[in-house]
Amino acid sequence: MKDYLDELEAEAIYILREVAGQFDRPALLFSGGKDSICLVHLALKAFRPGKFPFPLVHVDTGHNFREALDFRDSLAAELGEQLIVRNVVDTIAKNKLQDAKGKFPSRNALQTHTLLDVIEEFEFDACIGGARRDEEKARAKERVFSVRDEFGQWDPKLQRPELWSIYNGKIEKGENVRVFPISNWTELDVWNYIKRENIQLPQIYFTHERECVITEHGQLMANNEFLNLDETDRIVTKKVRYRTVGDMTCTAAVESEAFTVDDIIAEISDAKISERGATRMDDRISEAAMEDRKKGGYF
Amino acid sequence: MDLLRFFTAGNVDDGKSTLIGRLLYDSHSISTDIIETLTRQSKTRGENTTIDLALLTDGLRAEREQGITIDVAYKYFSTDKRKFIIADTPGHAQYTRNMFTGASTAQLAIILVDARNGITDQTKRHSIISATLGIPRVLLCINKMDLVAYSEERFNEIVSEYNVFSQLIGLNQVDFIPASALAGDNVVHRSERLDWFKGLPLLEYLETVETDQREQLEAARFQVQYVIRPQTENLHDYRGYAGSILSGEFHTGDEVQILPSGLTTRISRIESNLKDVPSAGKNQPIVMHLEDDLDVSRGNTIVPKNAAPVTERSLEATICWMDHAAFNSTQKFLLQQNSFRTKAVIKAVHSKIDIHSFRDLESDGSLNLNELAKVSIKTAEAVSFDPFRDLPKSGAFILINENTNQTVAAGVI
Repeated sequence: MKDYLDELEAEAIYILREVAGQFDRPALLFSGGKDSICLVHLALKAFRPGKFPFPLVHVDTGHNFREALDFRDSLAAELGEQLIVRNVVDTIAKNKLQDAKGKFPSRNALQTHTLLDVIEEFEFDACIGGARRDEEKARAKERVFSVRDEFGQWDPKLQRPELWSIYNGKIEKGENVRVFPISNWTELDVWNYIKRENIQLPQIYFTHERECVITEHGQLMANNEFLNLDETDRIVTKKVRYRTVGDMTCTAAVESEAFTVDDIIAEISDAKISERGATRMDDRISEAAMEDRKKGGYF
Repeated sequence: MDLLRFFTAGNVDDGKSTLIGRLLYDSHSISTDIIETLTRQSKTRGENTTIDLALLTDGLRAEREQGITIDVAYKYFSTDKRKFIIADTPGHAQYTRNMFTGASTAQLAIILVDARNGITDQTKRHSIISATLGIPRVLLCINKMDLVAYSEERFNEIVSEYNVFSQLIGLNQVDFIPASALAGDNVVHRSERLDWFKGLPLLEYLETVETDQREQLEAARFQVQYVIRPQTENLHDYRGYAGSILSGEFHTGDEVQILPSGLTTRISRIESNLKDVPSAGKNQPIVMHLEDDLDVSRGNTIVPKNAAPVTERSLEATICWMDHAAFNSTQKFLLQQNSFRTKAVIKAVHSKIDIHSFRDLESDGSLNLNELAKVSIKTAEAVSFDPFRDLPKSGAFILINENTNQTVAAGVI
């Protein structure tokens, strides 16, 4: 019997090659997180010995973990692929935007501006991303080829029908398509694939000691220079790891003893809390938070 | 572990979303934070005693407001035996095109009926869509058995009525399960209240059901998605055709034909997983190399020299019209079959299929949203295809409106 990972891998490679075949200026959004690292691995299988038919693009919020940024730079250099980085701070200055405020200032909404700017700057017609449908229920609704208008907006009520393995990427100039090759993968599938393919990851996915602040919801936030803490905040040192690598201001760590990929697979198999639920502060705001962000041009 | 993709369809109030919620909930596939959120949402909606399981799948604001499913939601769960991808599709006639989207990749259809109402027009429509798409197996889940006092007689009545209908429309293989999603009978756990039913409860059925591959075709088929040409010093002459094998097996040395040009050559090399391999089979992504330097580009089909498919510019197909704007005969389309695209027009609309009775209706030449029809299509370049019933990956296509770029129809040849 065929292994399901072979099936998911074949589907993702097929989708990546469709992007290369259908678009003039695609890009792969690469953050140094596990999902986009898997995308890069899949792109190697899809296009080597040729170069990737797209650059790697990172929207740097300025709140990223150093470990993820270093990993991003070294992987791009090792592969000899082009890496384009655009910074949210520059967009804030250029577009005279209000920076994020509060104890945990999240630039999550602001990064949409930078993303739309970089799409315009390079005239990208397709952006490949590592979003998965199991992450969140608005994402569960999105097509593999998700057409966005010139403002980057997703219209969930007017999605194109998407049948079999036939992807329609026809668009007008100015529009773009967001493409999600690992739509059908779950968090556990990603880890099983990382194990099978022996894919290297930044160290923050594995257990380490870290100074953390405990939030009012009991989440553990890395103590870092971007937080606006006061004397009521308690700093504790915990053994933690990250299930998802986002901004230091809105991504929480989980207590963990997982040293290896096998440990992580065992941990996730037993976990009673979802990936985003455990780690994201931004989704707690409302049940339609993600749908609203996507309508505004977010990934 | 293998993977089963299935879709669910039902009437508005058949309890489809509740059934999926029950499947996920009772198989412990839902995380505690999501259950907490649901409990909070269920309370704000006034259902303060139990969790509204439908809220698990209805992911859009408009869906939650209206209590209906508008577009496909994909859900994932696994047991020790299998991994599952559920496409939860809308039941409303007006969202039929979204149902097609969810159903097109499924190996199994679960069609829900309310035990009180039995087979309805919607049930028939969902069944006809399943038959049109050639879904290998259909499960009729007779839900809300609690509301008919778990009556075996009522269950049998519905079974015999459906058997007649499914034969008429030519469904491949049909199974039946009585259940109550709300009460949890026969979804994950066998129910004592349905002790007369000797079959498996839903989850066990899903874990063990065989959806035999209808793909009869043994002949090898490959379509080019992308040409890899590094053009670097050490790979100066490298020219690899990247794509996926649709059926059969290819070996190095095989004599092959390129379609639609008809040029012939031999396979000089096959790469899979970045390594040279002597042969490769169905569904494998590969890079193929040919002995001769021919004009081969994206969308070309490569087949064994002696087992070529039909290659024609005139096609007879059954299509589902998916655009809000009705068809008009001045429209120009792009026909897309996997990676192959060519200009196309609909020359004639022969007959429409009544999606409730499956009868052919006389055509007036029109085509409206969600209608099924038999049509003649003319293409600019010849299309190489195997009939859909032999190889769905080859006999299926979409039509794209050249003017709006929208996907306006799905078709099977």
